[in-house]
Amino acid sequence: MISLSEFLIVAAILFGLGIAGMIVNRKNIISLLMSIELMLLAVNTNFIAFSHFLGNNTGQVFVFFILTVAAAEAAIGLAIMVVLYRKVDTIEVQKLDTLKG
Amino acid sequence: MNQFIMPIFSVAIPEMFVLSMACIILLVDVFLKERHRIVTYILVQSTLVIAFLITLTQYREYPSPIVTFSGNYVLDKLAVLTKLFVFTVSFFAFIYARNYIKDRNIASGEYFIMGLFAVLGMQVMASAYSFLTIFLGLELNTLPLYTMIAMWKTSRASTEASMKYFVMGALATGLLLYGISLLYGVTGSIEILGISNLMQQAMNQQQLVMVLALVFILAGIIFKFGAVPFHMWVPDVYQGAPTSVTLFISSAPKIAAFAITMRILVEAMPTLTVSWQQVLIAVSILSMFAGNVMAIAQTNIKRMLAYSSIAHIGYTLLGILAGPHSSQGYSAAMFYIATYVIVAAGAFAIIAILSNKEIELDKLDDYRGLNTRNPWLAFMMLLLMFSMAGVPPTVGFFAKLGLLEALVEAHFVWLAALALLFAIIGAYYYLRVVMYMYFEEPKSSVAGAKISMSPGVLAAISVNGIAALILGLLPSGLIDMCRISVA
Repeated sequence: MISLSEFLIVAAILFGLGIAGMIVNRKNIISLLMSIELMLLAVNTNFIAFSHFLGNNTGQVFVFFILTVAAAEAAIGLAIMVVLYRKVDTIEVQKLDTLKG
Repeated sequence: MNQFIMPIFSVAIPEMFVLSMACIILLVDVFLKERHRIVTYILVQSTLVIAFLITLTQYREYPSPIVTFSGNYVLDKLAVLTKLFVFTVSFFAFIYARNYIKDRNIASGEYFIMGLFAVLGMQVMASAYSFLTIFLGLELNTLPLYTMIAMWKTSRASTEASMKYFVMGALATGLLLYGISLLYGVTGSIEILGISNLMQQAMNQQQLVMVLALVFILAGIIFKFGAVPFHMWVPDVYQGAPTSVTLFISSAPKIAAFAITMRILVEAMPTLTVSWQQVLIAVSILSMFAGNVMAIAQTNIKRMLAYSSIAHIGYTLLGILAGPHSSQGYSAAMFYIATYVIVAAGAFAIIAILSNKEIELDKLDDYRGLNTRNPWLAFMMLLLMFSMAGVPPTVGFFAKLGLLEALVEAHFVWLAALALLFAIIGAYYYLRVVMYMYFEEPKSSVAGAKISMSPGVLAAISVNGIAALILGLLPSGLIDMCRISVA
């Protein structure tokens, strides 16, 4: 039987990877979007695990909402990226340096 | 098993109205010809006015708080007042936006509809009474804002700002949700009331996890507020976004963010008061310091106002952290954020008015000699800058005074002294703008440029600027309203 803490450790590792991916990543925006998804999925794992071990459905309902919002967020992120690519001709994070001061 | 209780739909009429109007206007807009595009604008504005009136009647109709929709929704004075502020400020933000976006060929129909959806998100935030609705409101508020920034497709800075805002916002959402999931794990509940009760019981065994959850949730909130240490996005986004959007971002969402901060920290986590107070002390000192000091070095006025907004958020947080020990802490914070928002909207509006089709007048130098070019606008800017700096007859003075009183009452005298010191540093760069406007000659490149504004915009900016003065002369009404709302 897998215990709650093992789920939580997996979720924490996933979440840490997501954050690390956002901070370390200097290459392109697609991998930023992937890191964001990873973070949200880690949260979902957390909710599901808690929900199962508490015997309480609220967490699972919350996960549905997070999934929906994450889909909307990814759609908007990709749309912004398309606009950006048309304008700048690159999706490299390092090239986005017009705004500084 | 819990029984299903029918929610009281009548309390959520403003939300339902705005939602259905947003959908209807979206459909109407599709069938409009380009030259009739003004219909969309008029419909959006009248939606805001009617929603304002409905909410106003609710203020009288429901004297005591009502929690409904299975504990996800609350209607109390704080929610109602927040919504009223949001409607008013958004109404002004849309008036200012109209000419600005027309000059830049930004799709005007979609712009206002997105704005309306953002307003709906803020309404949900104001009335949210569980972490689910807080999360949904927050997302419904920020997702349209990302798109509104990116709508100026021909501007490189805008699209870049939008991308940065999106990435940072998504990171904030992730942090907030992780905190919520931990809190759910400890208490088994996501409702504000349930959490506050259950945390009291679980206080002894689970304190570490709860503090961890608090840290993540606070990080999320501070991100959305734009305070140090999560302030990196603020200057970039404020500078890069179209000025009409900057003015929208810097105004209404801050009030809604204040409302959810009150719900989360004060209503859900009274057991952890000591912990969040310490975090907020550090955050507010750093915000006031970084905001005010960095603002001095800026040459771009939008960027300068962005740093100033970081500082003002720092001041607002002072009120919240003084709240538990002082009778007027929360109301002072509410008054501060409400008046700051009015003033900030006005200042960005003047930047938007001065800019025209060819150039964005967002350099500090462009404001030299504004008085000779348009004395009335210069006078309005003077009032707004005085208010931000906290010079006596204007409202900013009373806002700061209330905060300092609350801090002293809560025995944070050293914090009050520090706040005062930073306010003096801040006065420098606000008054510098005033000096440029009144005591210097206009730059040759802009001296001849005509300043054109429609009568509506002129009326709006006049009301906005005068409000900074009138509220300063007669602040008691608004102060009382804030006091009732957070009582």
